[in-house]
Amino acid sequence: MDMLNEIGDALGNLDDLPRIALALALVAIAGLISRWQQADLEKDLTTSSVRAFIQLIAVGYVLELVFNQDNPLWTTVLLLVMIAIAARTSGRRGKQTPGATWVALVSIGAGSVLTLAVLVIAGVFDYVPDAIIPIGGMIIGNAMTTASQVMNRMSDDLLDSRNQIESMLALGATSRQASLVQFRRALRNAMIPHIDTTKTVGLIKLPGAMTGMILAGASPLEAVQLQLIVMYMLVGAVTFTGLIAAYLTYRVFFTGAHQLKALRPAPDAG
Amino acid sequence: MAVMEVRQLSLSRGGSPVLHDISLAIEKGEVFMMIGPSGSGKSSLLRCLNRLEEPPPGSVFLNGTDITTRPVTEVRCRVGMVFQQVAMFPGTVAENVAFGPTVRGETLPPERVRELLDMVTLSPDLAEKSARELSGGQAQRVAIARALANEPAVLLLDEPTSALDPIATHAVEETLLGLRERIGLTLVWVSHIVEQARRVGDRVLLLDGGRVVRVDRAEAMLDPEQGDERVLAFANGDESGMQMRGRQTEEDDRGHAE
Repeated sequence: MDMLNEIGDALGNLDDLPRIALALALVAIAGLISRWQQADLEKDLTTSSVRAFIQLIAVGYVLELVFNQDNPLWTTVLLLVMIAIAARTSGRRGKQTPGATWVALVSIGAGSVLTLAVLVIAGVFDYVPDAIIPIGGMIIGNAMTTASQVMNRMSDDLLDSRNQIESMLALGATSRQASLVQFRRALRNAMIPHIDTTKTVGLIKLPGAMTGMILAGASPLEAVQLQLIVMYMLVGAVTFTGLIAAYLTYRVFFTGAHQLKALRPAPDAG
Repeated sequence: MAVMEVRQLSLSRGGSPVLHDISLAIEKGEVFMMIGPSGSGKSSLLRCLNRLEEPPPGSVFLNGTDITTRPVTEVRCRVGMVFQQVAMFPGTVAENVAFGPTVRGETLPPERVRELLDMVTLSPDLAEKSARELSGGQAQRVAIARALANEPAVLLLDEPTSALDPIATHAVEETLLGLRERIGLTLVWVSHIVEQARRVGDRVLLLDGGRVVRVDRAEAMLDPEQGDERVLAFANGDESGMQMRGRQTEEDDRGHAE
């Protein structure tokens, strides 16, 4: 009965539907323009808008439930589900890397759990759903992008530099020594957007967490303080995840005997 | 005793056989050529000799020792390799030459760098030049000097001249033969040019479909008049004819099995 009441309460909260419908009018206008200009985007616009609506409303209900339960177990289950979805998404992106889903799962999982653990143990956030779920979501989302970028860049780079890497191996270098350049490049490539955002934050655009807080009525100074925490934690999370993803990707491409695996046919198999 | 020995080496990749029951012995100071049509397995065989591909245990021996029982980085110092596409590493020529000792935490003295450049008939003055500014022929000779810095007993050459023009090809051939004279280096040389095998080789191995067709002295095998007809067919660019024959043989084998 409790649960039904809760659902009833939550349904009662869907009183912003008219405003959503008005915002949706913008998408409709975009669709009309697309049609007029034959940009052929109407279908994508419709699917993505409908999908976003269903997905977010569903997520809203799930979060309401978990928040109302206020049970650390439920919070943990939800975090794990988020990590699993992120790993699957990232794994699909990194198809070139054998076992990409596992690389993604381990790097996103370890990177996110480590960051959250530091935040909770240091007392920055309490382990309560209304703090941990949104914070965890931000961390996992950023970790997911990082894992995909590191895997893709590194596998492309390792395969393209086959000649140079094998030349180094043939001179007695270890696989770690022979792939150090590619390792660094993949990591830097994934980190630079975060470092740049951190440098110019607030000067170019107000970040999401801050925008949200200000819209919800918080004072700019409150919003800024939270934003700083968010930014530092994200830099930590993407660094942990990036390092783990780069290390695991490198391990996938080499054998224990310092051989670069032939994952793409060699140019001359003769 | 042979410096390198291959005993009944068979290799599969992704379930399909690449090399079948290869046995051969390479003597110290010899120029041993491996020729055959593309896809015949000559590069794979070469790469087994320094474990860029993993040979089965007990199939490749260096001075009587199974190379799979030794640390792989040590094997690769003793058995150097030069590739068809030269990859110069970022940095100077001297840094390239010193790469092997550097990754082992050793330093190569500048005099030694100059000496190695001299050995590959390059001016020692190139040492401080950026390695990426070299011509193809110069870069390939730096790659040879880079391998020599590890003081190998055997140098593997994977079509080392096929990306070079005739003049650079000649220079690289002369350099390599000079090294054999000067330091008694053993050369195992993959080539797809029969003419080159005739010019530089002591002995020649003809591979087809991953099997040894014949191993013999270069002059016996490659003589335009009395040479091996299978080699001469290959020399005349009749690769398809050779492969046809290879396939025919396989079909015959299967016929017998049934």
